[in-house]
Amino acid sequence: MAYLEVKNIYKRFGKTEVLKGIDFSMNKGQVVSIIGSSGSGKTTLLRCLNFLEIADAGTFSVNNKVLFDAENQKALTDAQVRENRLHFGLVFQNFNLFPQYSVLENICLAPKLQAKERADYKANAKQINAEIEAKAYKLIDDVGLSAKCNAYPCELSGGQQQRVAIARALALDPEILFFDEPTSALDPELTGEILKVIKELAQRDMTMVIVTHEMQFAAEVSDQVIFMDGGVIVEQGTPDEVFVHPKSERTKAFLSRYNNA
Amino acid sequence: MEFLTITQDLLQGFGITCLLFIMTLILAIPLGLLFAFCSMSKISVIKVPTKIFIWIIRGIPLMLFIFVIYYLPSLLADGNASLNIFNTIDLKMTIAAGSNELLWQGRFLAVLIAFVINYACYFSEIFRGGIESVSQGQYEAGYVLGMTKSQVFFKVVLKQVIKRIVPALSNEIITLVKDTALANAIAIPEIIKCAKDMASSQALIWPLFYTAVFYLLFVGVLTVVLNRVEKKLSYFKA
Repeated sequence: MAYLEVKNIYKRFGKTEVLKGIDFSMNKGQVVSIIGSSGSGKTTLLRCLNFLEIADAGTFSVNNKVLFDAENQKALTDAQVRENRLHFGLVFQNFNLFPQYSVLENICLAPKLQAKERADYKANAKQINAEIEAKAYKLIDDVGLSAKCNAYPCELSGGQQQRVAIARALALDPEILFFDEPTSALDPELTGEILKVIKELAQRDMTMVIVTHEMQFAAEVSDQVIFMDGGVIVEQGTPDEVFVHPKSERTKAFLSRYNNA
Repeated sequence: MEFLTITQDLLQGFGITCLLFIMTLILAIPLGLLFAFCSMSKISVIKVPTKIFIWIIRGIPLMLFIFVIYYLPSLLADGNASLNIFNTIDLKMTIAAGSNELLWQGRFLAVLIAFVINYACYFSEIFRGGIESVSQGQYEAGYVLGMTKSQVFFKVVLKQVIKRIVPALSNEIITLVKDTALANAIAIPEIIKCAKDMASSQALIWPLFYTAVFYLLFVGVLTVVLNRVEKKLSYFKA
């Protein structure tokens, strides 16, 4: 049984049908890249999986636990939706760090708020917060920003901000980490540092889904590549199958446009 | 000697000016926040009337609105504007206190109601602009981190809103200081009214100009305080 199972996801905005039945699955520890031109629906798919959009039809489950079923989504309480979305982490294209908080505070904010809901919080508040901070320092170190713990987002480069955003998502121990074009808002010379962090995560068997325009990177890091076009998955397979031996004409056309660019 | 007594008299009026200012500020900010949320509501039976209300209040002169609040309750009650309920309060209070001068608390209430509603409408538009200017991405980042709606608003969005609205709010607050002078339309003895009374009873015009010093000092202090707030929030960009 696959780790993440996505079945038959449909989504429309008004009259525009953006997702027309998306099915895919992946195993634990795998990296899946989703490629495709703008408007192909890949970001919408990611947003549906993170409950930022509510899909019109379909289901998805992690580890055999159904997180979303369009049939009874309305029956879920806010608390249940919150619980379900915490299985996933999402890194945004434009980082979305909280500007008024330092690097450390950005990472600790959500874990600390969650800790307050724990039954034993009152008795062990100090210890719990110290643990959260210790973990945050470790994450900051992992993304190579130890010197910037107390800096504010406005004092960081785009690449540094994105690394903080990755650490912030990891602080909640997501089972799967999603990336929505994590390097698209960055200068070309800064994309390398983000891709390096993602590669390190892949080596540590983090399960990840990456929407990206970096074909070279997708080929290097992914176990599976999905090519989307017009709201459907046109082709999926290993990087070799999709990039080197694409079967579909649409895939070939898309890739040749990239190679020529 | 004359200068000192006149300063003292004017200070008394200025006390009422300050009282109107402070009370309007304290009450109009929460009411403005409520109006802001109503005008952003997805439910049109809440949103549309709020928008129309804000349009009316912002569209008529504050002085006219003071008269409306002052006269309308009595007119609606028995169609007789001469039996003004706010004046009645003042009369009863004066008699009860055995005072020689007519007390002003009843009319002050009328002015306060007008000011609070008027300023709440202006504030609400500033708040709405501030809240809507925070990018959707900030909310989404909070949600994917498992925060509740209220956590996102209070822990993530609010401080960014405050930072953005401080300059516009400062402007409105300074305008409010000077708008308090409109209270003399229904004879509240605020500082301008005091000075005008001196002009008519003692044929002195300079106290009227002298009131500017009080306003300037007050606005000066406010400017310093508001600049400090702005500076305190300048450590981040939003």
